[in-house]
Amino acid sequence: MQDVLERPVTQVAEVPVINKDKGKLKKVLIICSKGKLEDVYAALVMANGALMEGLEAKMFFTFFGLEAITKKHADHLHTATVGNPAFMPGMPTMVAGLPGFEAFASYMMQKEMDKLDMPHVTEFIQMIEAGGGEIYACKLAAEMFHLKKEDLLDEVKGIITVGDMYALAEGEGTQIIFI
Amino acid sequence: METIAIKKLAEVEVNAEGYLKNMSDWSPELAQEIASKENILLTDKHFEVLNWLRTKQAEGVPLSIRKIGNSGLVDIKQFYALFPGGPLKISSKIAGIPKPASCI
Repeated sequence: MQDVLERPVTQVAEVPVINKDKGKLKKVLIICSKGKLEDVYAALVMANGALMEGLEAKMFFTFFGLEAITKKHADHLHTATVGNPAFMPGMPTMVAGLPGFEAFASYMMQKEMDKLDMPHVTEFIQMIEAGGGEIYACKLAAEMFHLKKEDLLDEVKGIITVGDMYALAEGEGTQIIFI
Repeated sequence: METIAIKKLAEVEVNAEGYLKNMSDWSPELAQEIASKENILLTDKHFEVLNWLRTKQAEGVPLSIRKIGNSGLVDIKQFYALFPGGPLKISSKIAGIPKPASCI
């Protein structure tokens, strides 16, 4: 008993997953509309995780999410220190808004992620592509932010319309995840 | 010459998901038997990866797709091609090591 309690849950558990509906999950389409470090990582981890499970994975980056697939900013994303009450609870908003604070907090967060062997965004995207995942950018948002194909990472397969995005989700057993 | 009896899959203990309970029960022959269930015919390249996984597991290193990509044996694309349909889980099963608890 003692032994069990001391180990982290993930190593002990062979948690049985019980689904009533036996329809299989085959594909995920993950839409990333935000450019904050944590939101982008959530999208990347889920897409990569799907591939690791043998599922098909497509990613669609739109609005501020586009920032995550630009050559310029992909590896320099920030986390929000203002307007984010879960970030260091008790931290006064005015302090969190001081110049340089957000950059420092983002740097610290990235360092913690490095410790967990989490790849940086560009490497993560390469991993997803290598695993058969497909990455797309939103046409409307790309036009709005004046981004062209050459501004985006090489792994980005194309700049597509919302209609094309829904076509990616075609087929039984697909789930769309919006971030 | 002393011969060590090679255990068949039916003779070893596995958990509900088919992972070996004892790493020491593993043999290349057993690996092929598990691999056949996944429709994989093992090549030398597969065994290089399997042996690497077993070594790392014995060293207590948590395994991830990224680590395999950096192993110098295969890149991530090749790894997916060698063990299609969930490479880390399938390769771990064939390597006779526990199901990986990695999210990356």
